[in-house]
Amino acid sequence: MNLNIKYFGMLTEVTQCQEETFLFSQSTVADLLKALFSKYPLLEERDFQVAQMQTLVSKDTIISEIEIALLPPFSGG
Amino acid sequence: MSRYSRHIILPEIGEKGQDKLTQAKVLVIGAGGLGCPILQYLAAAGIGTLGIVDFDIIEESNLQRQILFGMSTLGKNKALAAKERLEDINPTISITAYPERLTANNAVSLFNKYDIIVDGTDNFKTRYLINDASLITNKPLVYGAIYKFEGQVSVFNYQNGPSYRCIFPTPPKAGAVANCSEVGVLGVLPGIIGSMQANEVLKLILGLGNVLSGKLLCYNALTTETTTLTVNKSEIEVNKVLNKKDTFQDNQSAFTCNISFNEISVEKALQKKNVQFIDVREIHELPKVDIINPIHIPLGELEQQLDKIDSEKENIIFCQSGIRSKKAVALLQKNSINNCYSLKKGALAILEHYNQN
Repeated sequence: MNLNIKYFGMLTEVTQCQEETFLFSQSTVADLLKALFSKYPLLEERDFQVAQMQTLVSKDTIISEIEIALLPPFSGG
Repeated sequence: MSRYSRHIILPEIGEKGQDKLTQAKVLVIGAGGLGCPILQYLAAAGIGTLGIVDFDIIEESNLQRQILFGMSTLGKNKALAAKERLEDINPTISITAYPERLTANNAVSLFNKYDIIVDGTDNFKTRYLINDASLITNKPLVYGAIYKFEGQVSVFNYQNGPSYRCIFPTPPKAGAVANCSEVGVLGVLPGIIGSMQANEVLKLILGLGNVLSGKLLCYNALTTETTTLTVNKSEIEVNKVLNKKDTFQDNQSAFTCNISFNEISVEKALQKKNVQFIDVREIHELPKVDIINPIHIPLGELEQQLDKIDSEKENIIFCQSGIRSKKAVALLQKNSINNCYSLKKGALAILEHYNQN
């Protein structure tokens, strides 16, 4: 299916976009990360969490919705 | 009282609500970009007891966003200068300045004196310390953080809700995430995020609206978009912290990023005799700095090319601005190559040095 992936913060410096459509057919968040790391090798060095349908989820969650977001921690204040 | 009349005429607040604000005790950690607007609105709103923790001093580069300060306060401690300014805004409240670092030793006793904790700090070490001490003392924590043009806001540890560790269980690796002094920040952004934090504090005290608990609000100043993500509580992460309650004060190392890294300025690096410069940028990145005769190993390939690194020499690692080089140093240290340094401000500093000399 075609996922709509949103990137936040410093992740956009790796992906060079804030949002993109990404074709994905496998099952879990971990599988999606593998696919994203092969497209963006530098992404693997970043710390972030994944949200599906605006809810933060674990790596073994099955991807069943098209709305995905990658959220890094911010330290600035 | 005319000072609070615009609050009191709101039926949702009234005299009763204003009294609640007077009774409230709020501790704000960090009187910087976030802390300034938070403190300004909380003092103006009449929070009866305010605490301010900050060990840092005011520099001119702070004035672009740290709105409680001015030229007359340069060089002064931020907590003390903020207290002075806030006492002018509202002399009817009690303000205590703590011009010191928050540590595992002082956090719990300090937090116990207040009802609500507000995080306006600028580093992960203190953020995790604040989260854990809030959990241990069972205080709600109003969290805000910023990066360039984006910010995050949430309320943690509120009525058994999730904590920061339920989103990000452990601190990122050293140097993995830059702060404002390294990458810059739009001056108005901490004003927006800090004001949202002050709003959550007022809602908590007044019992108004929906507290931003179990949610993480993400704001983008360039697109003016907000995304609110749902955060579920992780009992495992919360219990890990609560189980360490008794040894909390002895456990300083829990709040440091895992690996230490050595930073060096370009001037000091060039004074060294037996050095090798290593460029960890991608091949295509400019400017080239052939003048220092670097070897080139992109960060992503470093671990596979450790044999290229001469451990007899002092290795100066550089990238574009000094962030990836910190990761490289951490990686080399992990592989027992310890005589290596991350060059502050990277290739740009080298060029600047040679242009000036």
